[in-house]
Amino acid sequence: MADLVGLGPITILYGVFVLVPIVGLGVLSFFRWNGLGTPHWAGLANWREFVNDPIAHQCLVVTLKVVILSWLIQTPLSLALGLFVAGRQRWRTVYATIFVLPLLLSTAGVSLMWGALLNPSLGGLAYLAHTWHISWLEQNWLGSLNLALPTLVVILSWQFIPFHTLLYQMGRRNIPEVLYEAAAVDGASHWQTFWHLTLPQLRYTIVTSSVLIVVGSLTYFDIFYILTDGGPGNETRVLSLWMYSQAFQYDNFGYAAALGVVVGVLAILAAGLIIRLTGFGSLRSEQAGIA
Amino acid sequence: MRRLRRSATVALATVWLLIVLIPLYYMLLATFRTEGTYLTADPWLPTGKLTFSSYTTVFGAGLGRYFLNSLLVTVVSLALILVLSLGAAFRVMRRATPASRNFMKLVVIGLAIPFQAIIVPVYLLVIKLGLYDSPTEAGVILVLSATAVPISVLIMVSFVRDIPSELYDAMGVDGAHEWTVFWKLVWPLSRPVLSTLAIYDGLNVWNNFLVPLVLTSTPSHALLPLGLLHFQTQFTINVPAIMAAVWLSMLPLLVLFLVMRRQVIRGLGGIALR
Repeated sequence: MADLVGLGPITILYGVFVLVPIVGLGVLSFFRWNGLGTPHWAGLANWREFVNDPIAHQCLVVTLKVVILSWLIQTPLSLALGLFVAGRQRWRTVYATIFVLPLLLSTAGVSLMWGALLNPSLGGLAYLAHTWHISWLEQNWLGSLNLALPTLVVILSWQFIPFHTLLYQMGRRNIPEVLYEAAAVDGASHWQTFWHLTLPQLRYTIVTSSVLIVVGSLTYFDIFYILTDGGPGNETRVLSLWMYSQAFQYDNFGYAAALGVVVGVLAILAAGLIIRLTGFGSLRSEQAGIA
Repeated sequence: MRRLRRSATVALATVWLLIVLIPLYYMLLATFRTEGTYLTADPWLPTGKLTFSSYTTVFGAGLGRYFLNSLLVTVVSLALILVLSLGAAFRVMRRATPASRNFMKLVVIGLAIPFQAIIVPVYLLVIKLGLYDSPTEAGVILVLSATAVPISVLIMVSFVRDIPSELYDAMGVDGAHEWTVFWKLVWPLSRPVLSTLAIYDGLNVWNNFLVPLVLTSTPSHALLPLGLLHFQTQFTINVPAIMAAVWLSMLPLLVLFLVMRRQVIRGLGGIALR
């Protein structure tokens, strides 16, 4: 009876809007459906389409690039900034406060802001390039084949580094100070302390932050949809964007579901792999990590 | 050597500080231009005539409606998530029944699968339930609340687990009913975890783009982030108006953040440490 009161409503809410769609996603990937009429069984047709769809393959490559670039940019910077703001001096809290600001903006807001700033004819960067004759700043940041994807990843990093900085700040503050005092007594240099004390002590934070970056960048959607819509060509078309187009532009729901399965499986595999490789397979870190 | 190293880190942090602030400054300054002066004035210096006209433009174009929609969805979703997940966590931690164990297994499944992956079936389901493009935002509220269940329940469970069992025992001796234990003990103790979760889930709901994009079609049913995109379509080259809308959409969060800076930083950072 108490289970019914305590767990009933939440199970219904969560079951209907999360668990049913998870099952539905798998089922739908074996059907052909244009959104109207009745779906019909298609066996592996959607999966054959995935294997033979060159755009899907390109999306896969673009998505992996986003994941790797995001991790490479965000992890070292967040770690360095997190250690910096973990210091207790008063002026560092001013830094810490300002560092959080990008977190308060929606990705839609971030996209529009950077879109205006980077606009090749009217944007602030183009203005600087023009006024000061800095030719390398004069670029079509979001419209050129080579620059669009790195530019988007840098904008995403601008938005998400603050969160990971907070994680590292908390992680550093949770390391007992006695360990540092002991290291100082032993005459350890700054680098030795960093490599042999700080980094190992931060291992859970590193795993957590990495899983969040990897899973997050596998599923980024908003910024690609708003700023480039996959272009130029398919240079910035990520899997989630292609899934969205298949469902909501081409009414190809079965295939969209198959792409959704791919995204979901990649996320689970990536999170599992990081946790396995780093050897922190406890449920605790896994729970904190995937969240 | 030591001073050199220290100034190098301060320099790095200061560079990042500027990288954070410069785009925000650029956007803020642009909001005080008009469609015309944005094209001609120096975009980096507050020279020439500055006006508030962009702000009146966006309110005239329905920004207020987006605000109300976002406020409604955030408040109702948070109420749902916080009450349900605290109640569930209390159940799970107090009695390990088969039902509560199975519930936790289901929660972990939802945690592993990113929400974006299941947006297509969610859309089809919401249509089936007659909640698509609902003027009461019922579909958006239920979906966003359901999405927040796994992380919220796990945070709440680790909070309830950390309540010392002596406190329960002290109440148990009096023969306290479960309901009394919940109201007299767990609820009063839960303020910090409630504020942590309210900040984390609230930020996610307020800034969500994909769910309203997929589940609404009438422009006036959009939440703020999607509303910003409608503004971009509507204003096209009136960049100051678009920037004003972006600034205003962040403003309530900025005020809240400055008022409760400490809780926000602890809340967001604490989510991952639990």
